[in-house]
Amino acid sequence: MTQPPELVDTPEIIKSKIDNEYSRFKTVWENLTARFNNAVIIQNNFDLPFIQPEGTSITAQNFGLFVQNLNIKFAEYAQNNSGFYVHDLNRLCARAGLDNWHNRNQYHAYKFAVNYDLIPEVSFSLKRIICAILGRVKKCLVLDLDNTLWGGVIGDDGLNNIKIGNETPEGEAYTEFQTYVKKLKERGVILAVCSKNDDDVAKSGFTHPDSVLKLNDFVAFYANWDNKDINIRKIASDINIGLDSLVFIDDNPAERAIVRENVPDVCVPEIDPQNVSSYIRAIEDNGFFDTVAISDDDIKRTGTYQQNKQRAELLESSAGNYDEFLKSLDMQAEIKPFSEIYYDRITQLTNKSNQFNLTTKRYTLAEIKATAQNDKYITLYCRLKDKFGDNGVISLVIGEIEGNNLKIILWLMSCRVLKRGVEDLMLDTLVDKARDRNCRTLTGFYYPTKKNSMVKDFYKNFGFKLVNQDEQDNTTWLLELENYQTRNKFITLS
Amino acid sequence: MRDILSELQPIFRDVFDDEDIIVTNETNASMIEDWDSLSHIRLVIAIEKYFGIKFAFGELQELKNVGEMAELIKAKLEA
Repeated sequence: MTQPPELVDTPEIIKSKIDNEYSRFKTVWENLTARFNNAVIIQNNFDLPFIQPEGTSITAQNFGLFVQNLNIKFAEYAQNNSGFYVHDLNRLCARAGLDNWHNRNQYHAYKFAVNYDLIPEVSFSLKRIICAILGRVKKCLVLDLDNTLWGGVIGDDGLNNIKIGNETPEGEAYTEFQTYVKKLKERGVILAVCSKNDDDVAKSGFTHPDSVLKLNDFVAFYANWDNKDINIRKIASDINIGLDSLVFIDDNPAERAIVRENVPDVCVPEIDPQNVSSYIRAIEDNGFFDTVAISDDDIKRTGTYQQNKQRAELLESSAGNYDEFLKSLDMQAEIKPFSEIYYDRITQLTNKSNQFNLTTKRYTLAEIKATAQNDKYITLYCRLKDKFGDNGVISLVIGEIEGNNLKIILWLMSCRVLKRGVEDLMLDTLVDKARDRNCRTLTGFYYPTKKNSMVKDFYKNFGFKLVNQDEQDNTTWLLELENYQTRNKFITLS
Repeated sequence: MRDILSELQPIFRDVFDDEDIIVTNETNASMIEDWDSLSHIRLVIAIEKYFGIKFAFGELQELKNVGEMAELIKAKLEA
């Protein structure tokens, strides 16, 4: 900060100092963006100052107020500029406490702006925002019930005696936790239950009038007497996500140990059942579900997984005739070049999709924007609707034109729409677009990872010819477009 | 009698991440390759924490080698 407020400044001077300071930062950001081709920028906001010479009342010249006003301007800039993120140092200093945060001796001796002991906290906090930008976060919160979502044991105490609701301090603490979990669900975290209970008894807990969470907030519900690691594996497979996308909260240390031991990919934070708010801290301080932007798809996610249940029921009723099932889904797709309103979701998909992902190439928001606007790329997203609902944007392709050949550098699809024929329609559309740009061949790449073996033979099954295989088993595939026959049978292109 | 020098040894090894460091009274910054201004701060903070002492401004600038540092630590512990 070049011009901090002085106690003799008039309110007008203070205001112009804030504007000057802000525009100085803004110039730096704009130059960085221009010079480094849409670089991602993470900006610390301001921590609170060490001193407050006026006392405990907030004057117009107050340094803390000055800083908060600047922080508001930073936040507004972040809202209006993609690829720009504010790292909330301000909250970090509040949590540390100012007398702990500032170590003036270290500042005078070494110019350390933050107490040396808190550097790990600052680093970890920065790591969290980076992971959130890259979408390296968890997807599903798996919850125990008794003494986790409510106080007491519903099977022993009965529905009327579990502790939930604002009548008692204990009940209020569980209500706070349920409310927090509900907020996570509202912004796209998938919820599941894993509890040692009889199924009907467990489910009755959510009929309690004070229960914030309702049964339909959960996408998977396993209440039985099996070992929890077994149920957790079932939850991951039901939802079709990796075990490393799960976080498990259980008040019982023995259950936590069993899950840690047998499904080590699942995150099982330590919590203190004597202090229910530690459940919230464990989820939040680990940054499991951090996000930098909340997309439309996030808000609709639980609904999507529930529609999948209805689809599964329809499939069962169509008695094994899969084509009949696909036809009756009444699917409609929108396949178009990347457009601005979907940039957030597209970026998120490139960072979250692991299984149906041929090259596992990750993109930042700025890179997606640059790719979409660059003529040498063909970009396509697919949004799929059917009679049960809107799946949102679920598949992406990026092709790079190289003479008469189109290199498919990204092809991914969300696993919630596996086996619906989306990939057929995607390829049909891609072939059309490639032809429009005078391409005569498509080149596909498969780069194996721990998670994407399901698409190992993807190009082979689509009639591509293997042209190269290196020692890491990366494969390159070629398709001549001359005799390409359209493949789509069941989806209407809107 | 506390042997400050041998207590300093593991701190040096840890801070400079080198298990082969042998600290003597004569050791100084020019003898340890990674002893720059930043690692100096890490060293000072690690020593302060370990012995539960605080160095005042300027106290450390006067010191010529680890031997003198050990003397200063000893004096602080006895004070």
